[in-house]
Amino acid sequence: MAASPHTLSSRLLTGWGGACIWYLEGRAMRESPRRFLHLLRNVNQQWVTFQHINFLRRMYVTQLNRSLKQQIKPKPEPAESPFLAKTSLDEAKAEICEMRPLVPSSLSLSRKPSEKALIELEPTSVTEGSIALGKETKEEKQWKEMKLRADDLPGILARLSKIKLTALVVSTTSAGFALAPAPFDWSCFLLTFVGTGLASCAANSINQFFEVPFDSNMNRTKNRPLVRGQISPLLAVSFATCCAVPGVALLTWGVNPLTGALGLFNIFLYTCCYTPLKRVSIANTWVGAVVGAIPVMGWTAATGSLDAGACLLGGILYSWQFPHFNALSWGLREDYSRGGYCMMSVTHPALCRRVALRHCLALLAMCAAAPALDVTTWTFPVIALPINLYISYLGFRFYRDADRKSSRKLFFCSLWHLPLLLLLMLTCKRRAGEEGAGAQQS
Amino acid sequence: MAESEELKSLLMKVKEESEKLAENSTFRKVSRFCPPRKSHHDWIGPPDKYSNLRPIHFYIPENESPLEQKLRELRQETQDWNQQFWADQNLAFQKEKEEFVRSRLEAKGLDLRAASGQKATLNAEEMADFYKEFLSKNFQKHVHYNRDWYKRNFAITFFMGKVALERIWNKLRPKQKKTSS
Repeated sequence: MAASPHTLSSRLLTGWGGACIWYLEGRAMRESPRRFLHLLRNVNQQWVTFQHINFLRRMYVTQLNRSLKQQIKPKPEPAESPFLAKTSLDEAKAEICEMRPLVPSSLSLSRKPSEKALIELEPTSVTEGSIALGKETKEEKQWKEMKLRADDLPGILARLSKIKLTALVVSTTSAGFALAPAPFDWSCFLLTFVGTGLASCAANSINQFFEVPFDSNMNRTKNRPLVRGQISPLLAVSFATCCAVPGVALLTWGVNPLTGALGLFNIFLYTCCYTPLKRVSIANTWVGAVVGAIPVMGWTAATGSLDAGACLLGGILYSWQFPHFNALSWGLREDYSRGGYCMMSVTHPALCRRVALRHCLALLAMCAAAPALDVTTWTFPVIALPINLYISYLGFRFYRDADRKSSRKLFFCSLWHLPLLLLLMLTCKRRAGEEGAGAQQS
Repeated sequence: MAESEELKSLLMKVKEESEKLAENSTFRKVSRFCPPRKSHHDWIGPPDKYSNLRPIHFYIPENESPLEQKLRELRQETQDWNQQFWADQNLAFQKEKEEFVRSRLEAKGLDLRAASGQKATLNAEEMADFYKEFLSKNFQKHVHYNRDWYKRNFAITFFMGKVALERIWNKLRPKQKKTSS
């Protein structure tokens, strides 16, 4: 007698569970082609970002894996800083964890054809559900074995070497190479490309190796591989050495000694000067700007010397760092203060904004000087004027308003400003054999 | 019988949780986590509530050499030292921040809670004074911490290298013995 209400409720549950799954699947199937068309339409209007591709991958995975668990999995960690998390949130999550074991068991039940199996399995699933709260606390589930798996390694190393930043460094170097007044040599270009990439990976890995406890305490950096224990410090240092040695060797002997020296100097400057200096003095920002300017080694790779044009390109890269970094650091003041980082945005806020504006204007001036130094034609400062004026305007707004909104606008502008500026420089490059002033062209 | 076993384990869990709550007052609490027996690796846990650092449960192999033991003890000691520093730091920050907010709100003549019942806060620009003050107050503390952290980090990595070499050497040595005899 006791069995019958159980079987009725279980059948109802499976019915509801089954209907729920069917509805969710149908919705996913119907929505994905619509979203894909939407993406295709937009691809002409805006750049397809990494997020779009990620989104498509996620949709594909949820369709493939038709279990309910995949779709209602709650977020593993709370977004706010842990020591401010409320206990009620944990209780709510414990309730969700309790609910979850019931539904998948009903899923498995719905697939069994015979009723007898339903009756037999039902009591165990109910007891499982009730004890689920007592077993394995949420905290214990989050403990992970520190075992390195071969298929995880590429992803871990990519994050260790800050692959996106490395990509940016390599592209500015390539732009420098292309801008240099020398015939484009593919083999030299590839050697520079690979050498610079390796040097950048090495520098970034050592930086992360030094900063583990500080990275743990900042929201922006708390998911780095060394912080999460996905890789040991020894392996990180070995990886850095395995990148630095071939990278610098490639640059020195494959390209030219000047480029090799610049690469080595940059690794030293970033790891041994900038990283420790961040915790001692605000001078770190200027050192960091020099680090950002050294990708001018792309130019030296092509020409073999640091001429006026190289210095101008270096100057542009150097000046760009300030609006970029100062705007970014404006929103991180709390984390910097708590973590003990000496940044202008915390200690000298007025200076921070002044410097950002100053360098936006310097960018304008340097772009105007480009044709005078035979780097580009006179069309370049004219075409670049709108974007330079825009970033200067945002720099001025940041200087005047000094709030989060203006700092974010300036930061996001800087992200597209530099690639676009370099692209414009390339299109307006002074070709070999052309005479100086534009007036001579008919 | 199975049910009584389950009840027993549930009671044990409840007892452990209550003990955990009692210990919660000190922020140097050690997690009750115990890794599965068949695992031969270290285990790393979620970020600590106070220090934001992830605790590591070190695996002790049966045939642990003196060098390995030294490394493990150094890592454990560094972990405890780091935990203490950052827990203190974060709690001090939180406490001083609340005091600052309270004093500023009182100076402005505002209530600690707005009409809607939510906690009143200062905007980022008003907080900037606090951030600057906190940073300069803790500057010397950070200088000492940085120096010690770099020393420990290098030492740990150096010993990890030595242990790795020792293991490789031990793996090669039995083979050498076999070939020689």
